[in-house]
Amino acid sequence: MFKYFEPNKIFSITSRAPKYVLFLFIIILSIGLVEALVLSPEDYKQGHSVRIMYVHVPAAWITLGIFSAITFLSVIGYIFKLRNFFLISKSLAPSGFVFNIIALVTGSIWGKPTWGTWWAWDARITSMLILGLFYLMYLIAWRIYQDSDRVFKITSIITIIGIVNVPIIKYSVDWWNTLHQPASINILSKSSIHISMMFPLMIMTAAFALFSLLIFLMKYNTELIKIKNKGLDRL
Amino acid sequence: MINELITMNGYGLHVWSAFAFTLLSFVSLYVVIKIQYTKEKNKFLIKFGNLNSERASFAKSQSINKEILSNTSRI
Repeated sequence: MFKYFEPNKIFSITSRAPKYVLFLFIIILSIGLVEALVLSPEDYKQGHSVRIMYVHVPAAWITLGIFSAITFLSVIGYIFKLRNFFLISKSLAPSGFVFNIIALVTGSIWGKPTWGTWWAWDARITSMLILGLFYLMYLIAWRIYQDSDRVFKITSIITIIGIVNVPIIKYSVDWWNTLHQPASINILSKSSIHISMMFPLMIMTAAFALFSLLIFLMKYNTELIKIKNKGLDRL
Repeated sequence: MINELITMNGYGLHVWSAFAFTLLSFVSLYVVIKIQYTKEKNKFLIKFGNLNSERASFAKSQSINKEILSNTSRI
């Protein structure tokens, strides 16, 4: 099965896909922005400040999803010695890190009118900040270490330690008393969010997912060309 | 209508700054990754151009190299 993930087989797709993904992203984002800023209703308690949710929540979801994917790919890559899985992980990390920063900054902006403070050292916010530090360590490790075996090992260790933080982020609002509200959307039980707010949230999530796909594809192609440049040096 | 969209009952500054920060982050990341991509691609083209005909035809036989050369103006 893993042979299908070989760079030779997928580069013809990844090199052509970005322009289509970019086009789709711009369309979905435009619809999402109109829905989020104009058409969706204001909250009966939070007023218009609830609109920040449409950038804050998708960013938080995607940064958690990307870190989980990076961990999974790193572990599988390390066990089965699949170099390409590390390349995919490395290419996913920049967008995951930027989404983490977006979640923190927009959460802080949302916190001011809602809680009266820009920042609080509560469980959800602090654990999100820790996730950002793990992303940073992961990206720095790729920059520092040149030896591929060493960098594979170190980045795998960083992600394995970091993944422990992911369920803490998810359940922090249930386990501790935090300023942050509990989840409004549940996959297994009934969501407490109204469809008029759920729809723009899903559109914005789709737009953000497309953006991370776009960045992944561009970064992955860059990494492959970098490898090919080294190959030309050896010829 | 327009005025209400901008001020949002006093929440306008918070809402618009959150959206502006998000979009600015998107543009910045896209530009950084695009620059990296273009730099590596140009490096590849220069290196490929410096190869002698024998090495160039060998390099061209690899499918990824062929793809890179055929996709030089894309993204």
